[in-house]
Amino acid sequence: MSKPSPTDRLYSRDHEWVIDKGDGTVTIGISDYAQEMLTDIVFVELPAIGKKVAKSDPVAVVESVKSVSDVYAPVSGEVIDVNKKLENTPELINQDAFGEGWIAKMRLSDAGELKSLLSAADYEKFLKEEKH
Amino acid sequence: MKKTSLYEKHVALKAKIIDFGGWAMPVQYTNVIDEHKATRNAAGLFDICHMGEIEVKGTQALDLLQLILTRNLADQTREQVKLSALLNEEGGIIDDLTVYKLDENSYMLVTNATPKDRDWQWINSIQKQKLFDCTLEDISERMGKLDLQGPRSEEILQKLTKTNLKTLRFYHFCESQVAGIQTIISRSGYTGEDGFEIYADADVIGNIWDKLMIAGEPLGMKPAGLGARDTLRLEAGMMLNGQDMNESVSPLEVPYSWIVDAHKEFVGKAALMARKNSGIGNKLVGIEMTGRGIARHGYKVFHNQQEIGIVTSGTFSPTLNKAIGLAFVDMTCSAPETQITVAIRDTMAEAKIVKLPFYKRQK
Repeated sequence: MSKPSPTDRLYSRDHEWVIDKGDGTVTIGISDYAQEMLTDIVFVELPAIGKKVAKSDPVAVVESVKSVSDVYAPVSGEVIDVNKKLENTPELINQDAFGEGWIAKMRLSDAGELKSLLSAADYEKFLKEEKH
Repeated sequence: MKKTSLYEKHVALKAKIIDFGGWAMPVQYTNVIDEHKATRNAAGLFDICHMGEIEVKGTQALDLLQLILTRNLADQTREQVKLSALLNEEGGIIDDLTVYKLDENSYMLVTNATPKDRDWQWINSIQKQKLFDCTLEDISERMGKLDLQGPRSEEILQKLTKTNLKTLRFYHFCESQVAGIQTIISRSGYTGEDGFEIYADADVIGNIWDKLMIAGEPLGMKPAGLGARDTLRLEAGMMLNGQDMNESVSPLEVPYSWIVDAHKEFVGKAALMARKNSGIGNKLVGIEMTGRGIARHGYKVFHNQQEIGIVTSGTFSPTLNKAIGLAFVDMTCSAPETQITVAIRDTMAEAKIVKLPFYKRQK
């Protein structure tokens, strides 16, 4: 069973979360459901700081023992910080996907894109449908 | 997809099911690392019913096997298992399989799941030309197989059989009962650990699975999927047919020279000797990542900026805590400790060639 999705943030249908800091920047990560699907994460490839990404482009890569998966940028913008701890402790995503396992911080290029994301309640509804 | 007779048990255990060569197989029950470590430290139980079995019986059974297989089986004793290769006329590997000598004039070949039908057709086409006094039967449908692997395997299996397993040597087998069911117990496997491959009628092998689960769980045994099977075999430096080798690859290019006996005749030998005389261009080697990243199947390998080969298997090793793999590289840069780079997406990650296996159990 995955942990409930916190209501302080928004979600994409690709299972990323976004916390809007209110100053034009966001923190992003992957949902607990996503880490559960990936299981044992053993490697994370972080983007370079300064990298510009468009919404839905790959922004990071997470690898389990068996699989390689892209993390898609839930919004467009520039990477301004990354979670360096994931380089040596990628399992933080398994342990705490919504907290210590955050992946990057970005400066938004279009704050309007946030409107296309799902609320916690809508994301949970989406998960239920996806499981069926 | 085809299902093994244990499929419902995997579903009940909430396993993640994947398509493996047309079979619906469990890739993991909890996660690969847990199942891998359980097998290294205690035991893992694997559904291997998808593999193929072919019986060869008759006064000339050995003559047929000697012709189709690279290994000399003349000295094989009853209840002994031998690994061998089945080649095409060009010396390429159709399958790597094990030969069980059940009795004089009676053998069982255990094939990989994916090439089984190809094996069957190839062997029959040779038999049709040679007409040896023997019969072939594909018994894969009715034969079930479980692998019990890991240091506590003997202790677990001993609870269910009267046969003294201490006397069963590596790569030998016996016909004996497990939980009251007639089986073949073979001390062998694909993990680099001590362990057993257990063959029984597919209709009743579920009973053995259940009894082993009950006997094994208190000792730390876990059901293990194909994910852990893959990381375990790779750590042990064992190849996967169809991934690390295929019909264009000969046993001389992979660590299989030891199962080729040049002192006898076999199908593919002439082409193999011609390849040997003209010089082997590529070799399968072990690699270890020294930089960041995990090499995966299909990634390109470089040495001094020159492309020298390709990764065939690659994973994160749960036992060694680092990324390892197998790669086909140019013979001239195949020596251990050679510095290489692996193209991982848009970066070049440092790696080196290492000796196989990556992991060897303490005896």
